[in-house]
Amino acid sequence: MNRYPLWINILVAVALALGLLYTLPNFYGEAPAVQVSSVKATVKIDNALFGRVEDTLKAAGITHDGVFTDPNSIRVRFKDGDIQLKAKDAIEKALNPVVADASYSVALNLLSSSPLWLTNLHALPMYLGLDLRGGVHFLLQVDMKGALTKRLDATSADVRSLLRDKNLRHAGIGREGMTLVIKFRETETRDKARGVIGDVQPDLIFTESQDGADFKLVGKLSPAAEKRIQEYALKQNITTLHNRINELGVAEPVIQQQGADRIVVQLPGVQDTSKAKDILGRTATLEVRMVDDENSANATVMSQAAAGQPPLGTEYYTERGGRPLLVKKQVVLTGERLTDAQPGFDNQTQEPAVHLTLDSAGARIFKEVTRDNVGKRMSILLIEKGKGEVVTAPVIRSEIGGGRVQISGRMSTIEANDIALLLRAGSLAAPMDIIEERTIGPSLGAENIQKGFHSTLGGFAAIAVFMSLYYLLFGFVSVLALASNVMLLFALLSMLQATLTLPGIAAIALTLGMAIDSNVLINERIREELRNGESPQAAIFAGYERAFGTILDSNVTTLIAGVALLIFGSGPIRGFAVVHCLGILTSIFSSVVVSRALINLIYGSRRKVDKLSIGQVWKPGVQAK
Amino acid sequence: MEFFRIKNDIPFMRHALVFNIISLITFILAVVFLVTKGLHLSIEFTGGTLLEVSYATAPDVEKVRNRLLQDGFLDPQVQNFGSSRDLLIRVPLTKDSDTAKVSDRVMVSLNAVGDSNPPQLKRVEFVGPQVGKELASDGAMALLLVVIGIVIYLAIRFEWRFAISAIIANLHDVVIILGFFAFFQWEFSLPVLAAVLAVLGYSVNESVVVFDRVRETFKKKRGLTTPQVLNYAITSTISRTIITHGCTQMMVTSMLIFGGAALHYFALALTIGICFGIYSSVLVASPLVMWLGVSREHFIKPKKEKEEAVV
Repeated sequence: MNRYPLWINILVAVALALGLLYTLPNFYGEAPAVQVSSVKATVKIDNALFGRVEDTLKAAGITHDGVFTDPNSIRVRFKDGDIQLKAKDAIEKALNPVVADASYSVALNLLSSSPLWLTNLHALPMYLGLDLRGGVHFLLQVDMKGALTKRLDATSADVRSLLRDKNLRHAGIGREGMTLVIKFRETETRDKARGVIGDVQPDLIFTESQDGADFKLVGKLSPAAEKRIQEYALKQNITTLHNRINELGVAEPVIQQQGADRIVVQLPGVQDTSKAKDILGRTATLEVRMVDDENSANATVMSQAAAGQPPLGTEYYTERGGRPLLVKKQVVLTGERLTDAQPGFDNQTQEPAVHLTLDSAGARIFKEVTRDNVGKRMSILLIEKGKGEVVTAPVIRSEIGGGRVQISGRMSTIEANDIALLLRAGSLAAPMDIIEERTIGPSLGAENIQKGFHSTLGGFAAIAVFMSLYYLLFGFVSVLALASNVMLLFALLSMLQATLTLPGIAAIALTLGMAIDSNVLINERIREELRNGESPQAAIFAGYERAFGTILDSNVTTLIAGVALLIFGSGPIRGFAVVHCLGILTSIFSSVVVSRALINLIYGSRRKVDKLSIGQVWKPGVQAK
Repeated sequence: MEFFRIKNDIPFMRHALVFNIISLITFILAVVFLVTKGLHLSIEFTGGTLLEVSYATAPDVEKVRNRLLQDGFLDPQVQNFGSSRDLLIRVPLTKDSDTAKVSDRVMVSLNAVGDSNPPQLKRVEFVGPQVGKELASDGAMALLLVVIGIVIYLAIRFEWRFAISAIIANLHDVVIILGFFAFFQWEFSLPVLAAVLAVLGYSVNESVVVFDRVRETFKKKRGLTTPQVLNYAITSTISRTIITHGCTQMMVTSMLIFGGAALHYFALALTIGICFGIYSSVLVASPLVMWLGVSREHFIKPKKEKEEAVV
């Protein structure tokens, strides 16, 4: 007698039912949809917006297949692509009357067309990777050293004003490599300064040294501070990327930290990579610095500077479309103090301009600096990819308060727009470089799905035919077990919302090809037991029991390889490894438990079984020892 | 239907030396190819830019290549991919600071070649130099982890002799797969690496099944010499070995046929791995176990004296 206890039968039934339920959404395909999300922190997605979207569609005479909301977006599903495009235009027009000042991003998207009751059960289709749906993938490396030097530069400015406030005379402050060096004429001042600075700048660790007549105070960032600054830089960059990508209007962007200093950006459906790259890759930050007017007017100094030897503490730049000038290294203000940037026109000259709004600290600094430097020139630099450009270097006519500043300087309307967008989307705390890029066209994605699907189906069919012919009923049961394995694997991947990629599909195929091993082991063992003269029931029992140890051992070794891939794999390998590991787990269950439950169902309750339908069992004339 | 009707145990071990010599020769050949020719690593490892473009009508590959050379790309590789209308273009990394923009520049050049036959971009991959090095070292680490993991597992479950033989036999498979890739200069990409590691786990599997039988036979049957036990174990599992591998190969063949260019080398690596896997895990691992001197005593645990119950 081969019967499973009731609870195992129930377990199998429940597992298969759940498997079916969670696999289902994958078969419904996707329908075109329009997604509305907010691009401004102050604009929230709420019920009022929900109503507006519905009303807009009704007014335009567009029928939809359901409106879905989540905290970050509203999605409307449509029957076909034409309606989707029409609806997008209608919603865009209604929600963003002024194109230059858009509050919402309206993007084309695809939504699963599975019925609502499935969605309510959280039975969602698998998430398709970029290689299957098309889109762009970027891996960005954050320049952590850049984040630290930037911080040191800012600190040097703070220290300078601190010493001036306290009336402590120094002989120069500057960043040298990764240290901040402050020079003094006498030791007492240095000691006093050290105490004053130490109170305000706890992140710096100071050492003292002497260089000729100068007494130096060398500050270094503490390791804890370095770590904090780097973590902050990464977070800040991710936030900035979010803002910028929202401006692009991408449906479901993925922006994630990878490792200590990398950011992954995935933009499904985006085809215009150069625009995306432009927005992502541009690491524009704004800096306001004073112009060294004295030296800029000196022809000999300027010719030396042009040859690469500018006077200490200054840098040589050329004003956009204008003359060369020397700009002091000391930063008055950075883009971090910026709260808004809008393109517009100069009130008097009608030149295209960018209007900046500073936060209160920025406004105060700006006011002080302009008050102290009336008649001098101030330069506004746009730093991109480590290279600075002086956008404009106007003469300060009077004190500028209120935190409203305008940049205008021989730029076109488009340039003004771009600069405003870059500045508005936030500055990057540290520069970034694209170190990996993958773009997959939508047709290639569909092709990949098809190819992966056909490979799996072809292999499965071949195995099914062979097993059924070779092991007859037992073979057929093995095929059913294998089919349940696919289903469970799909269900598990859907439940975990794992990302399916082409290597993932390959892993499904390979795992199926390997999973049949367990059933072959069992069937061969049963045949062998029959050959040795066991009764059919005893052979089934012994076959399953004895094969189990082997199945476990062999699956563990395969799993070790899978886990190693999971730990060290990245990108395509990871997709492969996840599916491979899960597939090994489901295959143990389905090939041993599910197939046995089926066999028990067929043979288990029969009192007398004369023959098993497992194909020919050939007995040698002489029993092998 | 039954394929294998084996009356007596096949004396595999009589030819053990021959098998080992064959293995050694293939292994040495593979190493020679690896050293002299080296692997044709994909841009994932070397860094660089890869573009897949599709044309309405077959483009002139030579013209495209010349145009790229003319536009200042060093050593661009242009080849057909899948069909004559699809091109795969590889541009190696340059010292140029703006490497991320290479794909745009290539497209400009491509557009300049055929005015009436504009290319359509299907896929772009750009990998910076940092990433490539990391991938290579991660791959090596993964391989190491697999080897250590399997040796430890087998040593615990079986015996260290089994663990060592299994891993030597299967690493020899890995080297042979790599040897094939070096000899034919097939592209070695990340999916191929995944295939190699998956095959490593899978063929160790094979050795495990045989070893399981060896252990069982040692325990059950007395009076057999070690070669006899090995022969018996291999003979009684050979049918399962062939059928299992046959089934897996059916799946892999299906990938070769339907999977297209993207899965081609992945499936190819698996095919070689499966074929050599059968051979090595049975005919290389078992003789190694024998040379290492496994015997019945290793499996019969000395009877423990029953501990006195402490009251």
